[in-house]
Amino acid sequence: MYRIRFHGRGGQGIKTASRILGTALFLEGFEVQDAPRYGAERRGAPIFAYVRADDAPIHERGVIHRPDLVVVADDTLLTITPAQVLEGIASASVVLIYSVRSESWWRQQFPQIGQMVVLRPDRGTGVGLPAGIFCAGAAAALLGTVSREALVKAVEEELAAHDSALVESNRQAVLAAYEAVSVSHGMVHSGVPQPVAKTAAPAWIDVSRDAVDIAAPVIHAGTTSRLVKTGLWRTRRPVIDKEKCRRCLQCCAWCPEGGILVGEDGFPMIDYEHCKGCLVCVAQCPFKAIRAIPEAQAKEERDAQASDRQ
Amino acid sequence: MRKLLTGNSAAAWGARLAEVDYLPVFPITPQTEIIETLAEWVDRSELDARLTTLESEHSMVTAAGAAAATGVRVFTATSSQGLLYAMEMLYNLAGWRTPLVLVNVSRGLSAPITLEPDHNDVLAARDSGFLQLHCATCQEVLDGVLLGYRLAEDMRVRLPVLVNLDGFYLSFTREPVIIPTQDQVRAFLPPFDPGRNRFRGGEPVSQAVAVLGGGTYSYFRYQAHLAALEAKKVFQEISADFKTHFGRAFDAIETYRCEDADILFVMMGSFATKAREAVDRLRDDGRKVGLLRPRLLRPFPSQAFVRLLSGRAGVAVIDQNLSTGLGGVLYTELAAALYPLQRRPVLVSYVGGLGGRDITAGEFYAMVEEVRQAVTTGRVPPPRLLFTESEMQSVRGLQRIAGGKGRDA
Repeated sequence: MYRIRFHGRGGQGIKTASRILGTALFLEGFEVQDAPRYGAERRGAPIFAYVRADDAPIHERGVIHRPDLVVVADDTLLTITPAQVLEGIASASVVLIYSVRSESWWRQQFPQIGQMVVLRPDRGTGVGLPAGIFCAGAAAALLGTVSREALVKAVEEELAAHDSALVESNRQAVLAAYEAVSVSHGMVHSGVPQPVAKTAAPAWIDVSRDAVDIAAPVIHAGTTSRLVKTGLWRTRRPVIDKEKCRRCLQCCAWCPEGGILVGEDGFPMIDYEHCKGCLVCVAQCPFKAIRAIPEAQAKEERDAQASDRQ
Repeated sequence: MRKLLTGNSAAAWGARLAEVDYLPVFPITPQTEIIETLAEWVDRSELDARLTTLESEHSMVTAAGAAAATGVRVFTATSSQGLLYAMEMLYNLAGWRTPLVLVNVSRGLSAPITLEPDHNDVLAARDSGFLQLHCATCQEVLDGVLLGYRLAEDMRVRLPVLVNLDGFYLSFTREPVIIPTQDQVRAFLPPFDPGRNRFRGGEPVSQAVAVLGGGTYSYFRYQAHLAALEAKKVFQEISADFKTHFGRAFDAIETYRCEDADILFVMMGSFATKAREAVDRLRDDGRKVGLLRPRLLRPFPSQAFVRLLSGRAGVAVIDQNLSTGLGGVLYTELAAALYPLQRRPVLVSYVGGLGGRDITAGEFYAMVEEVRQAVTTGRVPPPRLLFTESEMQSVRGLQRIAGGKGRDA
């Protein structure tokens, strides 16, 4: 059975990518199960989706713990522990990373990854399309059991509700990604069932009664939400231009997260640890003093400033 | 046509193929995709039905029952808190003896709030008079809706039917589903014939009259009970007929590799397919293990369980629910069903999968081992919550953040 796990952020087309791959495998005659996994999150929050494909009916269900292929649509997730991107990878598992960084750079960061393929965003094809469609194409090629025809048909089926121009751009993008990793065609191998003897026994415990002040779902401590770094959800960052800012502080009032504080100089100050990147402040600022830049660009600018100082 | 469908989409297809007339709806996660799908079909005139959004599940179920009483075919769907909000009307609809299908997408109940599944929501309705079908695959969801109408509308039964599927594990999960043709479905499911119990403007009747005095009340409630018991026989006929028409079994109890099994899992819903996988691996290892999964929970197939479990060594009953202050519901019901048996298998009770908590392969193997030891030694372990050391550590971490003293005041 192929077990494929997609990791990305809300808004990157991860659910659609998993469905395109699932449908393509189904068209190739596989039994398929695919599902997105999400909760109360929103755009930018880490999410994942999974696809199983086999020759026989599939009985497994839910989270994939031993993936044959992990697809990382957003490389910033690799450093976020709660995203659990690399959970359960073995030496035979393949990790596909959609990133501008090189394979050698990623190998240094994560020596525990046995087999790695880096798909670099193609500046020519499908500019503006979310990462998911490229990941679907590359994943299909890495499996080696999905033809171009099935892949294209899957794109057409899954995007049937959209206009033909959008379908066409996605068709080109999925094929470009399929070709881009053609040297690794068929690199992913179908996983075998884990025998009973090699399966770890559960460390069950007997749960005893606790006092009600902790046994009820009550949060006694204040401001615990500060501990949840929702800034990790952000794909675009609001940046305040102090030249234009008139310190009216309307942004502080509009911010749905209470994430804009007032500095000692009277200027608003964005708490980037908790700003989710909703950009309500950008829309509301009467002086157009807040602009939005991609997170990746913000990081590049920070790195550049750091090297200037050295 | 065989295509990939989510459990929600399969439920909508069941309603569409049953050619329902009326759709009272109200949204709730993880059910909403069902009514969105149906609304789109109604909007595109692919489904000739009236869809009405109500202001709550209580009103939705009331509208559903009232419409069914006029003799039209009704479909509705909800989940979790929504089912409980409609609870008093569930009892009413069963008391009215109005047939319809209500799909419930299981989700754990508050508090604490969650989105993921367990069966406490649907089991809260187990005494309401709704018959219950529990699904483990997306195919069964579609099939269950069709079967549900046949069962509900049968003149010997005339009770509403609840078809249950698990949130996330079925609701948002796509699997290959065979969608039968409209002609195939029409051949299996004839139009709803309401008979004499039909409310219409020109021929007013009093529905659900008051019966002060316990004797009369007892009579009517017991009639619903007798109809539900009769539904066991009727279900057998209908499921046999279903197999003839569609070539797929939908028996009251699924038996998976049980022929020579001495130890069996008994559990409901989509997590039971994980048990099938565990059975396959244990069989690879030469263990004689099988799975019994009730699709029909109300009426409870007691005699079938007695027949299937007589002479077996041991059973691991896995309840994805918790009756507070008692334990697992299925365990309790199974124990009651097996009590008259002379040679009863050892029953070990497990509670697992609450709020969508995973049940791992290793846990299935460990349960078989515990049951085997209980059979050998004759000492039956107390009921166990499937809960690990690392889960406890994770909870303790959250409690440290939440504050509190951890001492009885």
